[in-house]
Amino acid sequence: MSFPWANEYKPSHPLMQWIDEKLPLPRFVYNAVGAGYPVPRNLNYMWNFGVLAGFALVLQIVTGVVLAMHYAANAGVAFDSVEHIMRDVNWGWMLRYAHANGASMFFIVVYTHIFRGFFYSSYKAPREMIWLLGVVIFLLMMATAFMGYVLPWGQMSFWGAKVITGLFSAIPLVGPPLQEWLLGGFAPDNAALNRFFSLHFLLPFVILGVIILHVWALHIPGSSNPTGVEVKQESDTVPFHPYYTAKDGFGLGIFLMVYCALVFFAPNLLGHPDNYIPANPLSTPAHIVPEWYFWPFYAILRAFTSDFLIIPAKLMGVLAMFSAILVWFFLPWLDTSPVRSGHYRPLFRKFFYALVIDVLVLGYCGGAPAEEPYVMISQIASMYYFLHFLVILPIVSSIETPQPLPFSITEAVLGKDEHATLAPATPPSAPAVA
Amino acid sequence: MAGDGVRRRDFINIAAVSFAGVGGLAALYPLISQMAPSADVLAESSTEIDISAIAPGQAIKAVWRKQPVFIRNLTPEEIKSADAVDVASLRDPQTLEQRTTAGKTNWLITMGVCTHLGCVPLGAGEGEVKGEFGGYFCPCHGSVYDTAARIRKGPAPKNLEVPPHEFSSDTVVKIG
Ligand code: HEM
Ligand code: FES
Repeated sequence: MSFPWANEYKPSHPLMQWIDEKLPLPRFVYNAVGAGYPVPRNLNYMWNFGVLAGFALVLQIVTGVVLAMHYAANAGVAFDSVEHIMRDVNWGWMLRYAHANGASMFFIVVYTHIFRGFFYSSYKAPREMIWLLGVVIFLLMMATAFMGYVLPWGQMSFWGAKVITGLFSAIPLVGPPLQEWLLGGFAPDNAALNRFFSLHFLLPFVILGVIILHVWALHIPGSSNPTGVEVKQESDTVPFHPYYTAKDGFGLGIFLMVYCALVFFAPNLLGHPDNYIPANPLSTPAHIVPEWYFWPFYAILRAFTSDFLIIPAKLMGVLAMFSAILVWFFLPWLDTSPVRSGHYRPLFRKFFYALVIDVLVLGYCGGAPAEEPYVMISQIASMYYFLHFLVILPIVSSIETPQPLPFSITEAVLGKDEHATLAPATPPSAPAVA
Repeated sequence: MAGDGVRRRDFINIAAVSFAGVGGLAALYPLISQMAPSADVLAESSTEIDISAIAPGQAIKAVWRKQPVFIRNLTPEEIKSADAVDVASLRDPQTLEQRTTAGKTNWLITMGVCTHLGCVPLGAGEGEVKGEFGGYFCPCHGSVYDTAARIRKGPAPKNLEVPPHEFSSDTVVKIG
């Protein structure tokens, strides 16, 4: 699509030619994920996670649609209908575990994908729009997963729904009516469960739409790469198919091994046992926690325990939690270094690893009870989190001296060899093995 | 209108698009409003509760609008400790008198819904922890309420809400 040397789609079969004239869909696919999409030849395994995220979405849609054939979104019977899926429906146990663990795998993959973006500064020009759409996808995923977790109507489902919609009640003036509007009542009940099911069914398809925009935006500049040096010539790229379809296929195999290990050997490892207790509006579980993938943000929410100036602690926590994600929208403009890749930014790299540790610490605290020392640790880690994006990153970008960049991707792969074939006529052959 | 620059067509165009816009907005209203609590949920149900069996120092959980209500019979010591607090120093300043019915200050009737994010605080059930101020303790994010169910510590912004209630007799209270 993006480079003049991209292969052109030339269907040989008359039927394919006929289709190409009427609706060039195969051409579109060929140019998007086929031999017509030239990709930097030096991508490492961190570039597998976009395709894996797409796979995870398909997995969730397929398992979700079949679960919806057996699930009943009514507060009176929802819990029992999930138990019916587990015990009576043919393969129901497998489909449900596949869906629940599929959500966890989806988040593992997407977090890796996002941190790949942090390390290689994939958000920088000309890829800002790809990044912004990615953050939108992440927000939609969080909403989808939250509403999905409410559906089994266990104790964690119920109290999760109550606490998360309670976040909105922190907004001044409109907060409490807004919460009632979201729930369709004063506490989670049938109205809330039904609308959550409706939206849980809808949002994945909205995500699919935004993913199409995300990939569309990607195909304008083309993929970045571990050096962060832009593609200059034909020898810098190889066609997506067969090179990266093969590499992604290998990655998919590893993904499926981890996924199957979870589904078949530890299906409840990442879940919470209290969600096997039916929802009880009169008793809150002693230790309520969201699903693991929300823990870092939950820790930030709980870190605010006293009022800040005129802002009540409750509102402060909510604002901080949402800001923790919204700050990603500004990343392309907070990191002003002209160099993308963390490989060539020694100081930036150290702070990148510090951020990884900080988020892991937040995650640990978010899953722990709301007591000392976790509250204090969350407070320090939350502060560092915002410091990283709003202060450290802009300063590091301006004071750091990056290491010299290779002239081109080809040079980075083959070395500064006189024999390195840099002529534009070079066919995109297999990368030479040094 | 000819001559002043606005043509008949322009007027018709603007009028038609505005009308369609208003129509579109009008159609949005029911789509948004349908999500608000429905008539059966709103139906102001009230519930009558027999409180004769609650001894001083004990509490029960009742249900009103599908939410828990704490009915607590305060001991004289609990009343004394609630009154001993300097009201001005509270996050949500209220006296125990303002939160109870005159002459029945021992009956503390509040929603069992933490004003932080809505968990049910501990302290009403037998043997549950009451927190360091002897009232209620919310395990979710650590809000602590005193013996008048006023917020004293933690992230909750308000005292536990007092639902509308009146005593039908000395032993029966009507909530709602
Ligand atoms: C973005 C994609 C999706 C994510 C992240 C997601 C996540 C989840 C999660 C976390 C649960 C709770 C699992 C449990 O603990 O039992 C769930 C349940 C459910 N989801 Fe999804 N889901 C997605 C897509 C879908 C789709 C497309 C459908 C239907 C068309 C669907 C239908 C269901 C049903 C019926 C349940 C209730 C059954 C159960 O609890 O296992 N999901 N989802
Ligand atoms: S809900 Fe009670 S402290 Fe958060």
